[in-house]
Amino acid sequence: MTVIAEALIAALIVGGAFFLLVGSIGLVKLPDLMRRLHGPSKATTLGIGALLVASMLTFAFLEGNPSVHELLIALFLFLTAPVTAQMISKAYILDEARRGRDDLPGTGRPLGWATLDPAPCETEPGTSGRLAWRSPKKSLSYSAFSLG
Amino acid sequence: MIEAACLVALACACLAIVLTLYRLARGPHVLDRVLALDTLTINAIALVVIVGLWYRTPMYFEASLLFAMVGFLTTVAFCKYLLRGNVIE
Repeated sequence: MTVIAEALIAALIVGGAFFLLVGSIGLVKLPDLMRRLHGPSKATTLGIGALLVASMLTFAFLEGNPSVHELLIALFLFLTAPVTAQMISKAYILDEARRGRDDLPGTGRPLGWATLDPAPCETEPGTSGRLAWRSPKKSLSYSAFSLG
Repeated sequence: MIEAACLVALACACLAIVLTLYRLARGPHVLDRVLALDTLTINAIALVVIVGLWYRTPMYFEASLLFAMVGFLTTVAFCKYLLRGNVIE
């Protein structure tokens, strides 16, 4: 039983460290910021998650005093990782738009990025109920940049 | 077995920190550096957790929890400053 638990814990530790390394390699190797955002999120969720599960198993099975501190850390990290990624990407999009650069990747839609273009909500008079897509160039109004 | 796994994991985490420091020094955009700092915090949390596993003590969890909170607040404050030119308006 102890051997099985040790093997499982060792596998979780090595797997978590592997995903940490993958996240940092992605941070170095990927070509632009919007793609670089993907790497560290793997390190956060899979890497830290596996390490914390290994720690919980260690203290529960090998030390004999189960603890739930690790769940607190995991919950906090899992809640804050998407917020961080969203803040960074939003700041990047707005900074690119302010400087007038066109480095942002396309969205594959008639609309641009949601930070810059408002959603198509109103119907225009001549279009008989179709959604009125605004063109991305016209609606780039900088007064809409307030984020509260 | 766990000690050997901890050694491998410590090596991986240190290598990850070195790679993150490269991006922090190099990063062409400011937000690359912010992202690198965030990743550095994640790697520091991992390092603290691995050291706690190595010594089999639950003493280090408060440290990693504090790292998580301070790292999140730092990233949000940086992004807010870059968005608005101000952190608390």
